[in-house]
Amino acid sequence: MADLKTTRNTPRADDVYQMLIDAHEGLSKAQSDAFNARLILTLMNHIGDAEVIAQALAVAKR
Amino acid sequence: MTAALKIFETPLYPYARTADQDAATPARHKVVVIGAGPIGLGIAIDLAQQGVEVLVLDDNDKVSFGSRAVCYAKRPLEILDRLGCAVPMVDKGVEWNLGKVFFDTRQVYEFNLLAEDGHKFPAFINLQQYYFEEYMVARVNELRAAGAPIELRGRNRLTSIDPAADHVTLRVDTPDGAYALQADWLIACDGAGSPVRKMLGLDFVGRVFEDNFLIADVIMDAEFPTERWFWFDPPFNRGQSALLHKQPDNVWRIDFQIGWDINRDEELKPENIDKRLRAMLGEDLKYQLEWSSIYTFQCRRMEQFHQGRVIFAGDSAHQVSPFGARGANSGLQDTDNLAWKLKLILDGKAPESLLDSYDVERIHGAAENLLNSTRATDFITPKSETSRIFRDAVLDLAERHDFARPFVNSGRLSVPCTYDGSPLNTPDALPGGPARSRPGSPCADLPVPGGHLLDRLGGRDAPRFQILAIDTPAPGAFAAAGLECEVIALSTAEAPLLKDRYLGEAAGAVYLIRPDQHVAGRWQSWDAQALAAALARAIGKES
Repeated sequence: MADLKTTRNTPRADDVYQMLIDAHEGLSKAQSDAFNARLILTLMNHIGDAEVIAQALAVAKR
Repeated sequence: MTAALKIFETPLYPYARTADQDAATPARHKVVVIGAGPIGLGIAIDLAQQGVEVLVLDDNDKVSFGSRAVCYAKRPLEILDRLGCAVPMVDKGVEWNLGKVFFDTRQVYEFNLLAEDGHKFPAFINLQQYYFEEYMVARVNELRAAGAPIELRGRNRLTSIDPAADHVTLRVDTPDGAYALQADWLIACDGAGSPVRKMLGLDFVGRVFEDNFLIADVIMDAEFPTERWFWFDPPFNRGQSALLHKQPDNVWRIDFQIGWDINRDEELKPENIDKRLRAMLGEDLKYQLEWSSIYTFQCRRMEQFHQGRVIFAGDSAHQVSPFGARGANSGLQDTDNLAWKLKLILDGKAPESLLDSYDVERIHGAAENLLNSTRATDFITPKSETSRIFRDAVLDLAERHDFARPFVNSGRLSVPCTYDGSPLNTPDALPGGPARSRPGSPCADLPVPGGHLLDRLGGRDAPRFQILAIDTPAPGAFAAAGLECEVIALSTAEAPLLKDRYLGEAAGAVYLIRPDQHVAGRWQSWDAQALAAALARAIGKES
């Protein structure tokens, strides 16, 4: 069973964060919401493991 | 155009006075079934074929008004074949394999049911419920003519029931007034609004979905292919969904989701339905409206499916949304599960507690259907803004990316239920055996010399257990736990698909098959002791 990575895993943290923010540039709230939904679904498929996704959901919930 | 009376406008089992109505004391019947829908007729035919005296009471005298249930899956067709009703259904029905999903104006997804080869029955057929019931009524009449103890009484409406320890007393209203009768067993197949359930004050809990769907059954010469088309948020029904599906006789089932706050009478006016149809199918549409209706739905079930001598089957026990064809299809799996158990109990060959396994197995089936049906409903009619955003994101992605398509849910179509964890199962003892045939599974069909495997499996005139021996030596017959079992020896040389569907990695196998064609246990080779124990377990004699 794979575990969600909750330790540092993004060497180019500032770059990646900026990519995310830039992607929303110029989008309305509705467009951003739709974008985020597509992004989450795409990443969720990449992970593929229901157990890991459940752990991620728990992290997001705090 | 004035048509002759439709089949659903014709009394097929008109009221006739019976001796029971003049009896000084209430007549006693073995089994009384309430409701002559597909489920009530299904259990009645199954029991009558096995020689059980059965009386069906219906408050009506006609088959289903309008097409109602439309899609029938392979497993119920296999069950209906055992009841002698499937062949006319398949002959009349429309076979389909392809489904298309549209979002706004674009096709975003297409699926093929990819029917596996070697099966006697197709993956799905579409057929109006009234034809289905007509064939079942014909089968009842045929059985009756051949001397089977089956009777169908039209316009006999149940008004009260009084359950006792070993029977149930009923009051029934007719055009000639009321009478009383008694039943050793009562089977309530009286639909989602089950009067029997209400009379007993039993719970029916679950989720209510605040939405309405308008059905229009339209007769038209259309050139649409025989496919299931489903629209999310189409221009002709903004913010809602729609479905187009073909039935026999050029009848097309069209469903429009229309929301919660509606005026039913307004929506059902032919001129308003006409506006919707023209917006969807074009202004120059030529059609005739056969039937229209508005439905709402709930996803709920009873806590228990039997209470003493009263048994519930079909929608009376569990109600699902129509997405996924799980209503009539699961109801027939109820009756398939129930008939042999009740017959063994009536014959004194199994304890009355065997009926507890009906609850366990069919509640398992109902829970599976409720889960799938609720999920489909939540996808089709998102309950929050966020839920809708994700739904639309799935549909957007699905158009260009295959990975998103498994998330698209316009109804997960009914598949047969495997009774994992049933107390009647004996733990799997076939290492390397295919998962699809593990204990609790319905047997998969395949060609065998002279026909299909399922033609040879299952109880038609008796609750018959059978032993299937594949590529391994077996005696000609077997008896244990008070039951005789037929032994069917087959080889992969004569039926090659046995390897894939029943052997897997194993060199040979012995399967114990229940009267409902479900696997009770499986082993690598003949083991009389293990078979005897498994048989006893499968009829509730030990655990």
